[in-house]
Amino acid sequence: MLELFQSPIMQRALVAGLLVGLSAPAVGTFIVQRRLALLGDGIGHIALTGVALGFLTGTAPTLTAVVVAVLGAVAIELVRERGRTSGDVALALLFYGGIAGGVLLIGLSKEGSNATLMSYLFGSVSTVTQDDVLVIGALSAGVLGVVLVFGRELFLLCQDPEVAKASGLPVRFLSLLLAVTAALTVVIAMRVVGLLLVSALMVVPVAASQQLTRGFRTTLLLAMVFGVVATVGGLGYTYYVNVAPGAGIVLLALLGFALALGVGTFIRRNRTGESRR
Amino acid sequence: MSQQTVFAMTGGHVSLDGRAVLRGVDLQIRAGEVVAVLGANGSGKSTLIRALLGLVPLTAGRTELYGVPPARFREWHRVGYVPQRLLAGGGVPSTIREVVASGRIARQRRLRPASAADRAAIARALTAVGLADRAGDPVAALSGGQQQRVLIARALAGEPETFVMDEPTAGVDAASQANLADTLSKLVASGRTVVLVAHELGPLEPLITRAVVIKNGRVAHDGAPPSAVGAHALPGHDHVHPHAEPAEGGPLALSPGTAAAGE
Repeated sequence: MLELFQSPIMQRALVAGLLVGLSAPAVGTFIVQRRLALLGDGIGHIALTGVALGFLTGTAPTLTAVVVAVLGAVAIELVRERGRTSGDVALALLFYGGIAGGVLLIGLSKEGSNATLMSYLFGSVSTVTQDDVLVIGALSAGVLGVVLVFGRELFLLCQDPEVAKASGLPVRFLSLLLAVTAALTVVIAMRVVGLLLVSALMVVPVAASQQLTRGFRTTLLLAMVFGVVATVGGLGYTYYVNVAPGAGIVLLALLGFALALGVGTFIRRNRTGESRR
Repeated sequence: MSQQTVFAMTGGHVSLDGRAVLRGVDLQIRAGEVVAVLGANGSGKSTLIRALLGLVPLTAGRTELYGVPPARFREWHRVGYVPQRLLAGGGVPSTIREVVASGRIARQRRLRPASAADRAAIARALTAVGLADRAGDPVAALSGGQQQRVLIARALAGEPETFVMDEPTAGVDAASQANLADTLSKLVASGRTVVLVAHELGPLEPLITRAVVIKNGRVAHDGAPPSAVGAHALPGHDHVHPHAEPAEGGPLALSPGTAAAGE
């Protein structure tokens, strides 16, 4: 057990996992309430093109992924804001274009291989470098900072955008801010859970948490606890079993959801039983 | 002071999804008035109040809040909007207190924690609607009428001068209606302006100083509230309008129960 914490590779991965486990569910709580649960998924698809551009141009893939993911998130938000029926198709074009573009560009680059592709799609522990940890740390601080500073406004935005507007909040700015924050979260989580499973870490801990809570703030905080347990636990598992960490993390999060669902149902049943007596 | 104009719409046109909903509305509402916007379903009454707040854009004409077009209006703490219902969103729970506290936002600054004044206003709002003892409960567990009270408390918490309420009586139980009437009468007594959309006025009837009836996107009646001239007045206004269809008079007419309550 101790050797797990002595390996430098694992140390870096665990720090990254801890940061991802904290930030993804924090943003995720707002995303879920805003009914954008699949936003992270879409941004993840688009970010793959960003990663590939990095390989192709010899730039750090994390950096190009940030740029492309943020642009993609802004595009998604603008499409969402404008459209009703046509929005769906426009989003689909972006998502599949992102994945196809990413696979093609990685294939074209010299360093690109199927292993590289897999490591970005489903996460990889061994490839997390010291620089990655620094970037993930800075982005996490940014994401958690947004939640801390704008949390009150984002809460009202996600409750009712019209009331937010009639309260004088900059609704458009806040919507874009939330989308951009989600994009940064996707890039943070990319190395640990992978782009295809990023969204799970924004949604599943929240879904688990809301089985047990009564308020928004407690849901957010408990989701962060679930997130950290899932990422750290999932990474620990991959130390012993050679699988992509994303799979272990997401399955652990789903297990947490199943447990929370059971406990939550039990508590609610008891509560209504008491009030009947 | 009491003559200050709160809302002023001139020639207001609104189209939603290519359909003309408001077709040339002129309306001025002054401070201290208690205005009921009445009309049948689909007459455009909800759209009207949303347009007054700048929540839906005008396709023609202009509208002002306290003398300023909504896009340039900055004093949002003066206005409290009560939407028709609490949105469930993605289902993340929130407590009654959290929702009510969010009504304070126009008076708060970023990075500043809630002040003593904020907490006191939130507590007063919760007490006013009779939900102080349930503040920690999730809003999703409440009945429709209780959720309506939460929405009103959210607006109360912001301590605005003007309240704009979209159907505060729709689908609300008798106890919550009585609570609303009580809350409103206190607001009216303190000189607040109230604009509310209603299908039927119920216990709010005695408080209303002016009724605006919207029909087919236009103002069909503007003046004394129905109670002052009797329940028969409204169908009578139909013959002002050449296109009047008897069926549309139905929802406008006060139900026998409310008419009796007003006497």
